[in-house]
Amino acid sequence: MNDLLAARSQMGVSLAFHIVFAVVGIGMPLLMVVAEWRHLRTGDPVYLDLAKRWSKGTAIMFAVGAVSGTILSFELGLLWPTFMEFAGPIIGMPFSLEGFAFFVEAIFLGVYLYGWKRISPRAHLWAGVLVAVSGAASAVFVVIASAWMNAPAGFRLVDGRPVDVHPLAAMANPAAFTQTLHMVLAAYAATGLGVAGIHAFLLLRDPAHRFHRRALAVALVAGAPAAILQPISGDLSAKMVARTQPAKLAAMEALFETRAGAPLLIGGWPDPDRGESPFAIEVPYALSILAFGDPRAEVRGLDQVPRADWPNVPFVHLSFQVMVALGTYLALVSLRAAWLAWRRRDPADDRRLLQALALGTPMGFLAIEAGWMVTEVGRQPWIIAGVLRTADAVTPMPGLVVPFTFFTLLYVALTAAVVWLMRRQILETPPAEAWAAPAAAKEAARA
Amino acid sequence: MPESALAAALAAAVMASLNAYVLLGGADFGGGVWDLLAGGPRRDRQRALVADAIGPIWEANHVWLILVIVLLFTCFPAVFARLSIGLHIPLSLMLVGIVLRGSAFTFRTYDSQRDDVQRRWGRIFAGASIGTPVLLGISVGTIASGAVRVPAGEGFAEVFVRPWLQPFPLAVGLLTLVLFAFLAAVYLMAEADDPALREDFRHRALGAGVAAFGAAALALVLAREDAPLVWNRLLGSAWAVPVHLATAVFAVAALAAIWRRRAAAARLAAAAQVTCILWGWALSQYPFLLPPDLTYRSAAAPAVTLRLVLAALAIGSIVLVPSLYYLFRVFKGRPA
Repeated sequence: MNDLLAARSQMGVSLAFHIVFAVVGIGMPLLMVVAEWRHLRTGDPVYLDLAKRWSKGTAIMFAVGAVSGTILSFELGLLWPTFMEFAGPIIGMPFSLEGFAFFVEAIFLGVYLYGWKRISPRAHLWAGVLVAVSGAASAVFVVIASAWMNAPAGFRLVDGRPVDVHPLAAMANPAAFTQTLHMVLAAYAATGLGVAGIHAFLLLRDPAHRFHRRALAVALVAGAPAAILQPISGDLSAKMVARTQPAKLAAMEALFETRAGAPLLIGGWPDPDRGESPFAIEVPYALSILAFGDPRAEVRGLDQVPRADWPNVPFVHLSFQVMVALGTYLALVSLRAAWLAWRRRDPADDRRLLQALALGTPMGFLAIEAGWMVTEVGRQPWIIAGVLRTADAVTPMPGLVVPFTFFTLLYVALTAAVVWLMRRQILETPPAEAWAAPAAAKEAARA
Repeated sequence: MPESALAAALAAAVMASLNAYVLLGGADFGGGVWDLLAGGPRRDRQRALVADAIGPIWEANHVWLILVIVLLFTCFPAVFARLSIGLHIPLSLMLVGIVLRGSAFTFRTYDSQRDDVQRRWGRIFAGASIGTPVLLGISVGTIASGAVRVPAGEGFAEVFVRPWLQPFPLAVGLLTLVLFAFLAAVYLMAEADDPALREDFRHRALGAGVAAFGAAALALVLAREDAPLVWNRLLGSAWAVPVHLATAVFAVAALAAIWRRRAAAARLAAAAQVTCILWGWALSQYPFLLPPDLTYRSAAAPAVTLRLVLAALAIGSIVLVPSLYYLFRVFKGRPA
């Protein structure tokens, strides 16, 4: 493995690991706040217990998110010093703002987790609100920086150096809005539906369990709207990519030749050497419509990009397909839940919905991983699109396969520990009798 | 604001963040040291006090380090790039320590309370709490000795290992560890409710305070060979005498206050002592952020970036200061 590949792999593994915890850190505070707010409104102790139990899981996930995020902030330099030297003054601004958002998040998460008995219930709820808001703000700031790498703005390139730097213009880059919207919705959808899936699974075994019924309702309130809105945000993203990053769009769609009235490819295994995608289903004109809102619009293909500058087409295409498929599934399941709620029926009584939700538990997270693969691998060979090549940004430190291996093992160990601990948290759910009516409790005692 | 003043203000902001990280995050690592060295009849209660003290605040305290990094790469990108190359190995190892400390501490809190499980996580937490400060100190020591470099045809060891694997950086690593442990012991002495527990940490604070003198003296002696810039400035500059004097006064005051069981005064004096040491280092390599050649002016980002970041710091502080005040009032509000 050469150093560039090792560095890219280490960065990829670090991002893929961190994103799961970052997403949970954005989504879970919303769920906890909704549950706690319901408790304050209704006085139902189940909601309070829910908020407390969720907060334990959140504490574990947030801690791992914080330390793995630290790895990333160092790795920007450890692996890509040339990139950071170039980009720091231009795009460091959102990272600075993210620093403050992260501060607020960490401060009030500490207050939230350890302050149950120290502050008033109202103050406690507000601490949770601040965690949720600052968590979302952190995500927005970091993704703005990522969007800049895709659609750089806020400087002019003279002799390979940036001049006329303007950090605010860099933040307002063309990809910023759609990419942050897509990521924030993804965080709520993945977390909300992930949690809903776990409780749906437990409800399938014990349908009357009040704890899980309430949990399912709160999780769906947080996750389903985001999952339903996500295809719309995805469409905005696709149009932005078509406008600003034609090579990435061409790779996503395995469009080898520039053409008007371009078809949408579903499935298939693109072969870059032959320029075709066997086994794909073609939907005529659909890509031109989706990308530019016009069936006859010309969509630029990979033929406009030098062959050496193509990203990994099969990988990007496949990742995109996976993301869209998983997102569609979650949107449809969410629509079903929304329909039931509209008809004033409890989604927890619909066994098939519960099965579908349980099956969908990991899908939001997998879709996020796949989506980041599209964004990041689809930009290659550039680290800043059209400006700086990834190969020119890597550290001169040799033997990068060693830190790559080392950090990967660290992530494997952390994953094992987290899975073990989360399993323990979930299995610790008290039996239904704990909240059931006294009669039922007696019955349970007799049995 | 002229550009050089802007750059100086942001260099000071980097140092102030590092200062906050050392006083707050540093003490959390020191807590891990005392977890490892817990002993005697109150061993479990010592560990519980450490866990209670750092539990609600360690994540917020950790963000100071993130702020240092972010300010560095935004405002002084050349410094960040060269540090990341030359100190790749110690910084990577430090990251491992940061990850293991934070996650093991959290896992211990939420895993089974059985003794063997708690001990297993506790050992990782404590081990990482010792390794991380040493590596942070080694990195600082390497910066001060002006040895951080990028490869220019030399061998691997010459660039990536030898600069930091020297007596002076190692001594600074030791000093950092001892100072963090000292801060933690003093804070814990102030936070313990029970007189016997307070005595435990009083003894530890006295021990660590004396050890800090030794470690500081060792680092200073080694600086003569390895960090001549720092050595000359620490002995010869106009400001050297007042800084040494202030450090010494606070150090003696801290030990006296610990001795006389004046915990609140000891906490202040110890924090002031460590702050003086930190700024003594910063002054001794002024105007260099990264000796021998990168100054706060030569490495600065364009003025527009500096101006915006300074504005962001000002606005951010309006949010941050009351939030931090609230956090510490809620969890550390008891009178000592």
